[in-house]
Amino acid sequence: MGDIIIRFLIGGLFVTAFAMIGDLFKPKSFAGIFGAAPSVALATLALTLSKNGSTYASLEARSMLAGAAALFAYCVLVTWLLKRDHMRALAATTSAGVVWFVIAFGAWYAWLR
Amino acid sequence: MRIKVDPKSLKQTKWYECAIRFFLGGAITVVAGLLAKKFGPAVGGLFLAFPAIFPASATLVEKHEKEKKAQKGMHGQERGRDAAALDAAGASMGSIGLLLFALIVWLLLPEHSAWFVLLAAGALWFASSCGLWLLREHRHQIFGFTPRRQQAARASRP
Repeated sequence: MGDIIIRFLIGGLFVTAFAMIGDLFKPKSFAGIFGAAPSVALATLALTLSKNGSTYASLEARSMLAGAAALFAYCVLVTWLLKRDHMRALAATTSAGVVWFVIAFGAWYAWLR
Repeated sequence: MRIKVDPKSLKQTKWYECAIRFFLGGAITVVAGLLAKKFGPAVGGLFLAFPAIFPASATLVEKHEKEKKAQKGMHGQERGRDAAALDAAGASMGSIGLLLFALIVWLLLPEHSAWFVLLAAGALWFASSCGLWLLREHRHQIFGFTPRRQQAARASRP
């Protein structure tokens, strides 16, 4: 239980810090970079390194490649849905989540299993 | 377009908006850890690039932009959506940087100092994302073509 609480606090702190840094910048397109900051990755990898060692963390990073490729497709789709399809932000960002799951788990099934 | 730092924009963010981000960030870090424990690092690692706080952030960007326009007595629905789209376009460049971050950590981690690798990967994420953003902003000058919008404006002139 203690491990989960520490994970929750560190993850929350990293994500909030990066999001606040993003809020500081203008224009919006530049601030958006921080929406794909390695906040969860840094928090998780730091915890994994201290607990499971570098080989385990390296395997997580290999899978993260698939997650990041899926995130790229997700962001492109969200941009398209907002610009061309005139969807609301919440509807576009939640419905595009399916694409993230399909690409990330598709890549995992094809190459990382 | 020039990059500006605007500390005033932090005042627009309310405490519960920060709390939502904190909760979602903490939750996805816990989920990634639990999945790695149950199914191994290959599954857990996928969630290191999961867009957990993206829906909340994009909705906030849209809401703040709408509020700004409403204060000026304007209808901000379209402007809010445009701002959220710009935010997502920026995140797509950040996600390419994230891909490089993962690549560096995967390739260098077992043989090099862990903290050095994380620091280098973080720096590479920032540098590559900024580089891509600059390339996108100045693509017309760099690649020497006229944007479609400008072409249309010129064509419509008498």
